[in-house]
Amino acid sequence: MSEEDVSKKNTKLARILLLVAVGMFGFGYALVPIYDVLCEWKWIERDRPDDIKKAPEVAYKVDMSREITIEFMTTLNESTPMEFRSEKKQLKVHPGEYHTVNYYAENKTDKVMIARAIASFSPAVISSFFEKIQCFCFDEQTFKPREAKTMPMRFVINPELPEQYKTITLSYTFFDNTEKSVKK
Amino acid sequence: MSAVVAEHDDHHADEHHDHGPAKGLLRWIITTNHKDIGTLYLLFALAMFFVGGAMAMVIRAELFEPGLQFVDPAFFNSMTTMHALVMVFGAVMPAFVGLANWQIPMMIGAPDMALPRMNNMSFWLLVAGVLLLASTLLMETGAPNAGWTFYPPLVLQPITVGKALPFAVFAVHLLGISSIMGAINIIATIFNMRAPSMKMMDMPLFVWTWLITAFLLIAVMPVFAGAVTMLLTDKFFHTSFFNAAGGGDPVLYQHIFWFFGHPEVYIMILPTFGVASTIIPVFARKPLFGYASMVWATGSIAFFSFIVWAHHMFTVGMPMAGELYFMYATMIIAVPTGVKVFNWTATMWKGAMTFETPMLFSIAFVVLFTMGGLTGLMMALAPLDFQYHDTYFIVAHFHYTLVPASIFILMAAGYFWLPKWTGHMYNEKIGQLHFWLSAISVNILFFPQHFLGLAGMPRRIPDYAIQFADWNMVSSIGGFIFGLSQLLFLYIVIDTIRGGTGEKVTAEVWEGSSNHSLEWTLPSPVPYHTWTTPPTVVPTEHVLDSH
Repeated sequence: MSEEDVSKKNTKLARILLLVAVGMFGFGYALVPIYDVLCEWKWIERDRPDDIKKAPEVAYKVDMSREITIEFMTTLNESTPMEFRSEKKQLKVHPGEYHTVNYYAENKTDKVMIARAIASFSPAVISSFFEKIQCFCFDEQTFKPREAKTMPMRFVINPELPEQYKTITLSYTFFDNTEKSVKK
Repeated sequence: MSAVVAEHDDHHADEHHDHGPAKGLLRWIITTNHKDIGTLYLLFALAMFFVGGAMAMVIRAELFEPGLQFVDPAFFNSMTTMHALVMVFGAVMPAFVGLANWQIPMMIGAPDMALPRMNNMSFWLLVAGVLLLASTLLMETGAPNAGWTFYPPLVLQPITVGKALPFAVFAVHLLGISSIMGAINIIATIFNMRAPSMKMMDMPLFVWTWLITAFLLIAVMPVFAGAVTMLLTDKFFHTSFFNAAGGGDPVLYQHIFWFFGHPEVYIMILPTFGVASTIIPVFARKPLFGYASMVWATGSIAFFSFIVWAHHMFTVGMPMAGELYFMYATMIIAVPTGVKVFNWTATMWKGAMTFETPMLFSIAFVVLFTMGGLTGLMMALAPLDFQYHDTYFIVAHFHYTLVPASIFILMAAGYFWLPKWTGHMYNEKIGQLHFWLSAISVNILFFPQHFLGLAGMPRRIPDYAIQFADWNMVSSIGGFIFGLSQLLFLYIVIDTIRGGTGEKVTAEVWEGSSNHSLEWTLPSPVPYHTWTTPPTVVPTEHVLDSH
């Protein structure tokens, strides 16, 4: 093989490999939707967007035989300039019983603020048994300058909740989403 | 077998009349010679080894006693972050690229790398990338300090990131481009430039391992570049890849990062395996045991590296099915790795062994790497990993697989090939002293970290509870001895380049080495240009078992 042939072959191979590298850069981004699709698989236990949708108000048979302690936590993300707390820190409920807990949030700035509350459960598997009929977390909340709101969250614990869960922690984190929402 | 006649500066009448290196400093900047570029890579890596090592000394000094003594916590975290980045991207990876540059063309009978000008560019991009990364140390907000893995949301928070994040991200881009170009070059060289008589299954194992490593690099470096770009746009351009408020998920970052990160650890270990498989047969005076199985083991380790990434994140809240899958998949990797360890052992079995410094480092590698592999197996067990995760146990594990493995083998490679490259013999006495000091102190340094981790000491902390004090002190003492011992290596490298013991070395350097690989049929020191006409006979003793 002459030197020229080799150098042609080299250039060709280098081009192909470069394309592979560029393709893999794209694949890195493709992992974002792939991840979302995979997490939709039902055997993957994860909070899905559907889980934070409004649940229909069903009349469950109240299970008086056991009592579940629910702890309410509130957090602000990074430097979100708000005040945010729940009216109750703890509540004992029977599965199947409807309850409403009020959350209080206040915009501490002189500007309009759009914020979003994200829920997190501990233990995580609880989320599918914790049904919300009314919640400020379904949508983004818009706060006028210095506005304070009292926001109810109405929920029920599905009586099918496995026996071993006696204490549930529900944590809400408010994220300041103003910049991103304005962009949209 | 050693009938191959070396091509000296030849009579090739073509375009190149100038056969020696250019004169002056400019030679090193514009060079396209694979040996020059190999030297540049190796010296740069050696320098970065000491820079990263100095950072490790800061870490061990601070951890010598509980409480805060020398540095503030943010700077301490910068040190752990930068130590990792410098060692991975500045020392270990470039050192192996340097070895590839020197050795692959000589081992396969090629006159140079396939794309010499790109070769030059990939080296200088590496320097640019590392300088960009190092420049963050001078910023008033400090260098990146959220860990080398750059996990969001921590890495995106103002208090941890300062102004360093974009610099670190662009540094990663440059380093990524540099290593991708290096990888393309290596693949093209191996595929297109082999001596016509050398079939793929005749190639020395070092060449094989680098071929596979190069494919790993091309496959995963771009993914890492993508992941850090997402961090950048999340921080500055209001995207929400990892931001829960905008519908993103920080766990996604961990998945993407470790899709890169796990193959990355094999990028650092596969060439290590290659060098060990080159050195051990020479000093055992036997062909490598199970050549073909070594090739297949390397290939399957590379394949498995793509499907086990989430074992780095067992505690993230994965579904049970995920935990089980990643646990079993990870444990499978122990099989090809075990094949390799047994093959090295079998190569030594009943061999006429001698224990020169390269062999000592290689044997220590086999033993200590196996220990690192066993702790890896412990952590592969998902339920147990909940205890080990983010403790000093993992620190001990990956340092066992990197320091007495990759670093020891790089030292071995230095001792093994320096006489070939320079034509001078290194000082064997000092070499052995360096080995024994390193081999003992590396265990004093890292072994106690297993105990600390099992007892619950978390990693990446500048201060710790009082019950961890004793073993930390032991570990720090080991660290200082290990760090200082490496100065011996620096001395030996300089001394050997400047004439060494003055002993004339033969072309073979090591008895019988020309039966194993082509470079030993060239004169020592190797001429500036080699194999301008390809060798007609290639040594195949190293592949005997499979033929």
